[in-house]
Amino acid sequence: MSDVRAIERTIAAVALALAALAPVLFSTYTVDQLLTQVLIFGIVAMSLIFLASYGGMVSLAQTALFGIAGFVFGNMTTVDTKGLTLGYSPWAGIIPAILIATAIGLVFGGLASRSTGIYFLMITLTYGVIANLSFGQIERISGFGGISGIVPPSIIGTTDQHPHRLYYLALVIAVLLYALVRFVIRTNFGLSLQGVRDEPVRMSSLGYGIALHRTLAFTFGAFMASIAGVLFVWWNGHVDPQTIGLGATLNVLIIAVIGGLRRIEGAFVGALAFVFINDRLAETDFSVAGFKLGTFNSLIGLIFLAIVLVSPDGLLGIWERAMTLLKQRQPAAAAAAGD
Amino acid sequence: MPVALSYRRHLGWGVTLAAFAFGLVWVVFLADRPAHSDPTAFFSTLLDAITQGALYFVVASGFTLVFGLMRVVNMAHGSLYLVAAYVAIDVQRRIITGNPDTTVSSTQVSVINWFVVLLVAALVAGLLGLVMQQAFLRWNQGQDLRQALITIAISVIVADQVVVHTGGGVAEDMSFPGRINQFVDLHVKGFSYSGARLFILGLALFIGLALWLWLKRTRTGMVIRAGVDDRAMVAALGVNIQRVFAIAFFVGSMLAGIGAVIGTSQTAVSNGTDGIWLLNSLVVVIIGGMGSLAGAAVGSMLYGLIGTFSAAYLPAGNTQYAVIFTFVLLAIVLAVRPYGIFGRPA
Repeated sequence: MSDVRAIERTIAAVALALAALAPVLFSTYTVDQLLTQVLIFGIVAMSLIFLASYGGMVSLAQTALFGIAGFVFGNMTTVDTKGLTLGYSPWAGIIPAILIATAIGLVFGGLASRSTGIYFLMITLTYGVIANLSFGQIERISGFGGISGIVPPSIIGTTDQHPHRLYYLALVIAVLLYALVRFVIRTNFGLSLQGVRDEPVRMSSLGYGIALHRTLAFTFGAFMASIAGVLFVWWNGHVDPQTIGLGATLNVLIIAVIGGLRRIEGAFVGALAFVFINDRLAETDFSVAGFKLGTFNSLIGLIFLAIVLVSPDGLLGIWERAMTLLKQRQPAAAAAAGD
Repeated sequence: MPVALSYRRHLGWGVTLAAFAFGLVWVVFLADRPAHSDPTAFFSTLLDAITQGALYFVVASGFTLVFGLMRVVNMAHGSLYLVAAYVAIDVQRRIITGNPDTTVSSTQVSVINWFVVLLVAALVAGLLGLVMQQAFLRWNQGQDLRQALITIAISVIVADQVVVHTGGGVAEDMSFPGRINQFVDLHVKGFSYSGARLFILGLALFIGLALWLWLKRTRTGMVIRAGVDDRAMVAALGVNIQRVFAIAFFVGSMLAGIGAVIGTSQTAVSNGTDGIWLLNSLVVVIIGGMGSLAGAAVGSMLYGLIGTFSAAYLPAGNTQYAVIFTFVLLAIVLAVRPYGIFGRPA
């Protein structure tokens, strides 16, 4: 046990050091385009994995909540594109964006809180698609083309103005949110949430509010996703209904599943794998002797299918199994030596 | 505790009734063209809503059939619709013009031709669903989340394959037979209505009735209903439950294909239609209750009514907000009956 933990701590320390030194080690494109994207989608996927592993709720609404925060920020701060064009300073957009998306998360969570498992998946997917259609159809807040020209506060600046600043901000926020999740699951609330996940009937008879725990956990997940949404519009400068389309929703699910739905660390492993595969292969045309085999999406679908079929716990599941094997072998070897 | 529960329940029903009453008053008296001054528009909207609901029912009944028996949420149900729609367009054009790229107009289509296309597309969707079930879902029985993820993965692959092999997934449509696709005089104060939409309603009623008779009156149907209640017991009694599963999945997928032919004769299909029909099926079963045929019927009608009426009766310039009302309907149902109107906890 302690061996595994020591190995994992070492890996985490190395990964964090690499992340901190990334601007020195890698190209600006890698840092500002790819790694920043990894962190942003890692946070969204982390909110999904948090809900799935500690609350037993696989939510497909995380991408929608992420996008809602982005849309609110865009509506609040832009001047002359689509949307409400309220034209406030970027600083003034941050809190309303996070607050409104989190509040919508509270409503979403409250309505779905008496369901679990597969029902929860269906209800949250419905939220996601309805949010997507709403932003597509309601011209006043976005419309089909979305909102352009979104900028972060000038001290952070776009990636062109200040390379690496947004990256470091995303890194700090990702680490803080990771620590926050680790803290929350150890609090009384986190422990009773896990009780609700495993034994809802027993917890209910002990006097715990099942629906309340699920609702609050979902709201916390929405809070994380909305922070990622603000970072996303700062990074991308643009948000449109496709940002929260079915494809985008499934991409976040795929990231979470590649990483493994059991541990929040998996979110960043999955995002790393997804973003880099995407970057390398997105433009590739897969064809054999003139017959088109499909685009990048087919490949991602196949990888997703393979992972669900072979290792439902994703890459971290493979890692955990390897570690278990290692652990089992060591006592056996020791016992054999003792004979 | 019981006091709080009953209070909550009454509140829920109260809100539901209030919302319904307000909607009715709005449509009859307050809207821009209220029903009491323009009854023709009202009845035409009502028929639109019912026929739209009929189409929802055809597709969603397949979704709910599969779930009811196997607890499989087939997230690729919309993908079956998408594939069947493109197959149907291709077949109809090949039969009539010999060229899959030449569009056909309604006058060229005979009733026989349309039903041949319906049969082909339904079989393609049914077989596709059957292959999916046998190859990927059969050996994961009972792991409902994993099965849902498998069907999501398949839907991602199918969506991409459709885009690649239909030249980008651009909008295409097919046509109803010319004899059906005309306005029909209903002989009520000279009111005439789209024959195609009445035809959809007739087909949906026929399909609903056939499904009901199949489930209530035939041996397979009885086994399916028994399987919904207690799968293990049915298997223990010596019934080959795997065969029943395969039949149900085939029929459920076929219904997506039938819905696709009807739907594509009405509105064009394009890349993204799979997501819309997955949403439609999900909304219907969340409202009506998973696994219940009656629930699918009621859910379809409510969903059709709310969508059509909000689009027609919102104040001018605000019809873009219609989609919000779908969410409101969903929210009311989830607040009052978390498992849907006819649903029960698994």
